[in-house]
Amino acid sequence: MVDIKGVFKTYNQKSVIDGVSLTIEKGTITSFIGPNGAGKSTLISMISRLITKDEGVITIDGEDITKAKNNELAKKISILKQSNAINLRLTIRELVSFGRFPYSQGKLKKDDWEKVDEAIDYMELREIQDKYLDELSGGQRQRAHIAMVIAQDTEYILLDEPLNNLDMRHSVQIMKTLRRLVDELDKTILIVIHDINFASCYSDQIVALKNGKIVKQGPTCDVIDECVLKDIYDMDIDIKKINDNRICVFYA
Amino acid sequence: MKIRYLVLIVIVLSISSVFIGVSNIAPWDIFNLSADQLEILMISRIPRLISILIAGMSMSICGLIMQQLSRNKFVSPTTAGTLDSARLGVLVALMVFTSASPMQKMLVSFLFALIGTFVFMKILEKIKLKDAIFIPLVGLMFGNIISSLATFFAYKNDLIQNMSSWMQGDFSMIMSGNYELMYASIPILIIAYLFANKFTIAGMGEDFSKNLGLNYRQVVNIGLIIVALVTASVVLTVGVIPFLGLIIPNIVTIYQGDHLKKSLLHTALLGAVFVLACDMIGRLIIYPYEIPISLTVGVIGSGIFIYLLLRRKKYGL
Repeated sequence: MVDIKGVFKTYNQKSVIDGVSLTIEKGTITSFIGPNGAGKSTLISMISRLITKDEGVITIDGEDITKAKNNELAKKISILKQSNAINLRLTIRELVSFGRFPYSQGKLKKDDWEKVDEAIDYMELREIQDKYLDELSGGQRQRAHIAMVIAQDTEYILLDEPLNNLDMRHSVQIMKTLRRLVDELDKTILIVIHDINFASCYSDQIVALKNGKIVKQGPTCDVIDECVLKDIYDMDIDIKKINDNRICVFYA
Repeated sequence: MKIRYLVLIVIVLSISSVFIGVSNIAPWDIFNLSADQLEILMISRIPRLISILIAGMSMSICGLIMQQLSRNKFVSPTTAGTLDSARLGVLVALMVFTSASPMQKMLVSFLFALIGTFVFMKILEKIKLKDAIFIPLVGLMFGNIISSLATFFAYKNDLIQNMSSWMQGDFSMIMSGNYELMYASIPILIIAYLFANKFTIAGMGEDFSKNLGLNYRQVVNIGLIIVALVTASVVLTVGVIPFLGLIIPNIVTIYQGDHLKKSLLHTALLGAVFVLACDMIGRLIIYPYEIPISLTVGVIGSGIFIYLLLRRKKYGL
């Protein structure tokens, strides 16, 4: 369980996160939505201790993240940032094997390699595992990074806009994989996402942020609501029910 | 390229290197050496060979570590002010403690190299340059500022002649008794190998490192200390060998990738091959005289560097 209590963050006297409190249950997908600059990325960066908070407490399974050891935390929570501009020439397999670093400190044992193999198969990268990252398409590269996170085998997985630059097919593929990770491997996933329809179709819970505050949080069906969305995005969004999914229509 | 071919080339070049020189020692003499020949081997030829090997390996590895930590393919001791700072350090050691032992000189030089490199890394963090190619230019400018400081103090203290001996890399003055400091690089290089995985992770950025539970700052600092120590020991004994740390890692990257555990050994061996070859060219081209290594490496190295620059798009350097 991730428990966030009264978290604040200011950059240059400008408040980015303004008193956020939130509880995230295990074994769920939680999507963070909201307009640009709402503080979504900042919030999940703070949960994964990439940036420090000014005030408040964040605990993961009852343990305060500021007191936890770096290496132990790396076995519990992993984050994939939106700009993974790695310019090293590494093969997919090498990248994925770094996911085992918190367990092996670089000296991978047999069971570490098994995890690497599993992760590569899970993301269907077996055939291209020896290709260098700079030879891959955006979608393949994103899958390689997610495979690394899978190899890291943490209970909590945080993803910052994982669908960026991906076409529809790859976006659906990644969201389905995330759903499988939760349903089959009992992971807990927190995801920052712009496409509210992906959030609507795949998440259990949605947290809507605006100006550093939580506007609405709750089960997906409660947040994907015309009034709520109007409040978040300041625009009229028509919601249609298609095959049991709530689809937001806002293109025209 | 397979690692065993590289080892083979190193061995062949090493053996040939020992038998090149003004006083005649032929390979077939090896089993019945005269006293003179033995002395030349022990005092001059073998120390020279060892210092070439160590300098070639260690400067290339320094470049590799710096490139990973700065996440820029064009950063090396030459292009980050490390060499110039190390040289300023030697000069300061000479000015402040007139009878400094080699060890003391190395220590002062190391401190300067460390500070200089650190300042350069800070500059890198502050200015976000769009094109990676500008970073070595900034580094070269930074290095030149430090270098002109050194020249100024050297003029004032009549140390110009003294200083020029570390300006130019030169193996011809290497003799037993004055090169042993280089052995200090060997344990440092072993440490570098042990940290290879961590350097590679650090090379993927601070966020990436933190996600994997790696203490990013600590790893970067260890890397910079390694680079400064090795550079100081090489500058003091051999002098400045330009471009080495720049071109060798970039060539290895093309065929071996950037996983340090995989590329470190290749980089070391290729560096040794390159310096050995350049040294032999320098010794043969105007035989019986010789051209300093910094000149041969500089000419050949800058040529290769330009070639790498032109091809960089293709290989994504």
